[in-house]
Amino acid sequence: MSNKYIGESIKRVEDPRFIQGKGKYVANLSIPGMLHAAIKRSPYAHAVIKGIDTSKAEAMEGVVAVYVGQQMKDDGIGSLPCGFNPPDIKTAPHMPLAVDKVRHVGDGVAVVIAESPYIAYDALDLIDVQYEPLSAVIDPKKAAQPGAPQVHDEIPNNVSFHWPLGTREEINAVLASADKVIELDLVNQRLVPNAMEPRACVAQWDAFSDEMTIWTTSQNPHIIRLLLSLATMGLPENKLRVISPDVGGGFGSKIFHYAEEVIVPWASKQLGRPVKWVSTRSEAFVTDAHGRDHVTTAKLALKNDGTFLGLDVTTYANMGAYLSTFAPMIPTALYITLFSGLYKLPVIFGEAYGTMTHTVPVDAYRGAGRPEASYMLERLVDLAARELDMDPIELRRKNFIQPDEFPYQTPVAMIYDSGDYPKLFDSLEALGDYAGLKAKRDAARAEGRLVGIGISGCIEASGPAPSQVAVGLGAGVGLWESGVIRVHPTGKVSVMTGSHTHGQGHETAFAQIVADELGIPMEDVEIIHGDTGRTPFGLGTYGSRSASVGGTALAVSAGKVRDKMLKIAAHQLEVDVEDMVFDRTTGTMHVKGSPEQSKSFVDISVAALMANNLPEGVEPGLEETTFYDPSNFTFPNSAHIALIEIDRDTGQVSLLEYAAVDDVGKVINPMIVEGQLVGGIAQGVGQALWENCVYDEQGQLLSGSFMDYAMPRADGFPMLKVSRNETPSPTNPLGVKGAGEMGTIAATITVANGVMDALAPLGIRHIDIPHTPQRIWQAIQAQSNGH
Amino acid sequence: MYPPKFDYYRANSIDEAFALMGQLGDAKLLAGGHSLIPALKLRLAAPSALIDIGRIGELKGISRNGSTATIGALTTHATVAAASDLPAALTEAAGWIGDPQVRNRGTVGGNIAHADPASDLPTVLTALGATMNMRGLNGARSVSADDFFIDLFMTALGEDEILTSVDVPVDGAGTAYAKLFNPASRYAIVGVAAKVSVSGGQCTSARVALGGLTPSAVRAPSVEAALVGKALTADNIAAAAAQVGGDLDDVMGDIHASEEYRRAMAPIYVQRAVSKAAERAG
Ligand SMILES: Cc1cc2nc3c(=O)[nH]c(=O)nc-3n(C[C@H](O)[C@H](O)[C@H](O)COP(=O)(O)OP(=O)(O)OC[C@H]3O[C@@H](n4cnc5c(N)ncnc54)[C@H](O)[C@@H]3O)c2cc1C
Repeated sequence: MSNKYIGESIKRVEDPRFIQGKGKYVANLSIPGMLHAAIKRSPYAHAVIKGIDTSKAEAMEGVVAVYVGQQMKDDGIGSLPCGFNPPDIKTAPHMPLAVDKVRHVGDGVAVVIAESPYIAYDALDLIDVQYEPLSAVIDPKKAAQPGAPQVHDEIPNNVSFHWPLGTREEINAVLASADKVIELDLVNQRLVPNAMEPRACVAQWDAFSDEMTIWTTSQNPHIIRLLLSLATMGLPENKLRVISPDVGGGFGSKIFHYAEEVIVPWASKQLGRPVKWVSTRSEAFVTDAHGRDHVTTAKLALKNDGTFLGLDVTTYANMGAYLSTFAPMIPTALYITLFSGLYKLPVIFGEAYGTMTHTVPVDAYRGAGRPEASYMLERLVDLAARELDMDPIELRRKNFIQPDEFPYQTPVAMIYDSGDYPKLFDSLEALGDYAGLKAKRDAARAEGRLVGIGISGCIEASGPAPSQVAVGLGAGVGLWESGVIRVHPTGKVSVMTGSHTHGQGHETAFAQIVADELGIPMEDVEIIHGDTGRTPFGLGTYGSRSASVGGTALAVSAGKVRDKMLKIAAHQLEVDVEDMVFDRTTGTMHVKGSPEQSKSFVDISVAALMANNLPEGVEPGLEETTFYDPSNFTFPNSAHIALIEIDRDTGQVSLLEYAAVDDVGKVINPMIVEGQLVGGIAQGVGQALWENCVYDEQGQLLSGSFMDYAMPRADGFPMLKVSRNETPSPTNPLGVKGAGEMGTIAATITVANGVMDALAPLGIRHIDIPHTPQRIWQAIQAQSNGH
Repeated sequence: MYPPKFDYYRANSIDEAFALMGQLGDAKLLAGGHSLIPALKLRLAAPSALIDIGRIGELKGISRNGSTATIGALTTHATVAAASDLPAALTEAAGWIGDPQVRNRGTVGGNIAHADPASDLPTVLTALGATMNMRGLNGARSVSADDFFIDLFMTALGEDEILTSVDVPVDGAGTAYAKLFNPASRYAIVGVAAKVSVSGGQCTSARVALGGLTPSAVRAPSVEAALVGKALTADNIAAAAAQVGGDLDDVMGDIHASEEYRRAMAPIYVQRAVSKAAERAG
């Protein structure tokens, strides 16, 4: 089959509207009679609410209502649910507005509904909340220690769950008999996701039809509708419509069901008027679910010749004050199951404690568990290479799963689909000029400069997930995807997908798939998504699943459309359907061997409308639906390399060179994939060098704005060299793997390993990320003072 | 983010601005708005009115009179950065402020009137020996940079005065600015400006100022004294820079840079600024 669009760097069809400021975001929505909500938030990390006096605010002109948590509770509003519950998990209620206690800075306590946002924010200052502050706990490991302040009575010792995989006895035996054990304590720091568009929500209650419409900045409007119906609002699902129009980035943070998605519709129902809430950037810092925040102890056992024998990892994962929608899934099913990396690692034991603290809830953030796994494993591998005095690429090569060993069953549940890791690293050594980098580094070292090479090889499980696996592990939903293709009588095509695009370019890539599958011009295909009223139930976009799960659903539907069209064409040409061919370059159907005997795509579209000459048993109309449940994850893999220099006097890091080779399977649109990789790398480098969410001991967020939370910027980067090494995934007919997260997963550890390589001549073994100038300087000082 | 309610007035001349200031009680002048608007949005300030002076032409632009350049208070950072006949320390500092949007909107006058301890221009203007010109209802006066910056967000500028311009000596001395950026805000964690004159191979005068470390920009007299009379060799500069600790009281610390780290960086950036200034002194 020759493709016209798949594999081509088609310019994104959504971009003209974004570039021209014509995107339709929730915050742009204005409905006549609409009111505005502002939320009073706790300034304390942990406090008893002794009383809330809203009378002054209520008396203010332009204020329509002020509500507190108790009123919502009395009206039957339920707790925000946790949708991933491993065995023996302990959970606690999470009311949209706190009722007796606040548990993190930013926890909502009251909402003002007013005629304008300005009035609403002015009125917040008039609400008097009496708090009795209590002591707080911030660190996920300290939270589990005796005597730590308790976050919820329902979760003793703050340990919500313990998730082990493998057996302690087995790994202990390996550790005891190994030639060498590399041990490391590390922190994977907390990050703030910072999507460009802050969250927003508009709700309109229609009292005539008893229907609620909610516009929300979500990556998965159907899941939000389900949770609103099942857990929080209790409205029947068929009377609820959730729309996520253009959404300006999510990075995971817009997967979850948030308090405002309950407060706003509830208020709209109380008042019979539309209500709008738009997060301020300051609120985003204290309410959007954060990412990462692991405290880990890890051990890698190996032979003196470098053969890996076993891995033993214990992680305390910070869940924050409440369990966010998918939070427990991140340090468990998406983390420990990736511990085998690119390697044959015969024995693995991993365990995670999910602990509660007085901080913003933590949930999936670009990579979600997989960057933490790669960071841990690839730091250990680097340390092992250093301690064995082996070249770090050689050590990796020695332990790679070989190309002929796929499908490969790891000891941690996953079955890898495909890959060629030796070739991946061949490509990397060529693209990044490994030999040249080593020469540069050694020459710089000879001059006394601190220059290092960072290397990583990472694995990812993308495209969640086989529903049996997901639900078996504790997910409250299967993770299949829907795809509908509707061929209009004129031959134009509407495509309804349960995936959601918020920066990934589905309107382009999905149109490429459908246009090629049907042999029609891309311009004739429109992608519709993000509206529960217009698309069948779907699971949304996260975990790099859209192409492999959502795209596959569309490819399968396209196949069904082709089959039906062929049947009709065969009937009209009076031949057997087996004798017909669907020409996917032109969308025409013709008799094998005689192309002049043909029907065009439009002919058959019209025929399906006319329906006066259809074969026996074929229904009129041309619309096909697929609910595709993947049989496995896909396993993107990567090899990245960086050259780094450190200013010895100040500790400042410069990223001099960066090269990446990624295997994301077959590529639908190389330009979009490159954009995902480059953006992902920038985000990953952000974690390595700059981004850091810092709380003080009282639970005050010290990095609560862009004045203190450092984002990656273009001037911190050299030109990135990115290239691909395609091994098609056998899991789906498109052969695609996930491409949205690999860059982020790989870049953090690549740069961190580079910094540590630069510092290795000084005898510095490990510094936690982010590698800020101050931290590096302190390490250099400590070393030169002989500590 | 939503500021509290305020009235907005636009002044088309300095006189109009004074008239408005007289009428309106707790009004604030609005120049580029890049310090004031964020403060309003964070509800750290709640003036009842803003008087926008941003379009007063007589406060804009750079002029030259002999060895003095006069920079109108409303001149943007971008304009200063692009100027060809201002001391290098000033143009490079202006060019490193924030990002292009900030430089296109933010003004020299607003920057120094606001006197953020992490700002760049107070440091540079102190080292350059600049003079601030201001006008009040009772007439005009001028204050040297040394006396202008008093404390955290505090200057010699009176409540009812408008900063009109800054005089900067352009006298052929070598000048330079060295900056350790806050990775988030891009303000200075440590900013050092130096101005040196060299004659017969020896330093004949030196002014060194530091910002970002202390509540307001400060001179480094010990460093200056150690430079004057010496050849500006790498060793001599390093020895002079090492003196800077004694010139710094009340060094601040935050999540990016502790007091210890800032103190350690001070001599390094002094050395960098002075070395570059010395090169430029020829
Ligand atoms: C993202 C960001 C990054 C920044 N980075 C840097 C940086 O790296 N380095 C740096 O130095 N600065 C930085 N700034 C600050 C920037 O330089 C501001 O422009 C400057 O501090 C204020 O100038 P303005 O014209 O915007 O003043 P405004 O915000 O309009 O006013 C500031 C204050 O000065 C008063 N004022 C203004 N003009 C006058 C006048 N003529 N007479 C009397 N009072 C007056 C106002 O009433 C107000 O109180 C940054 C700002 C932002 C938003």
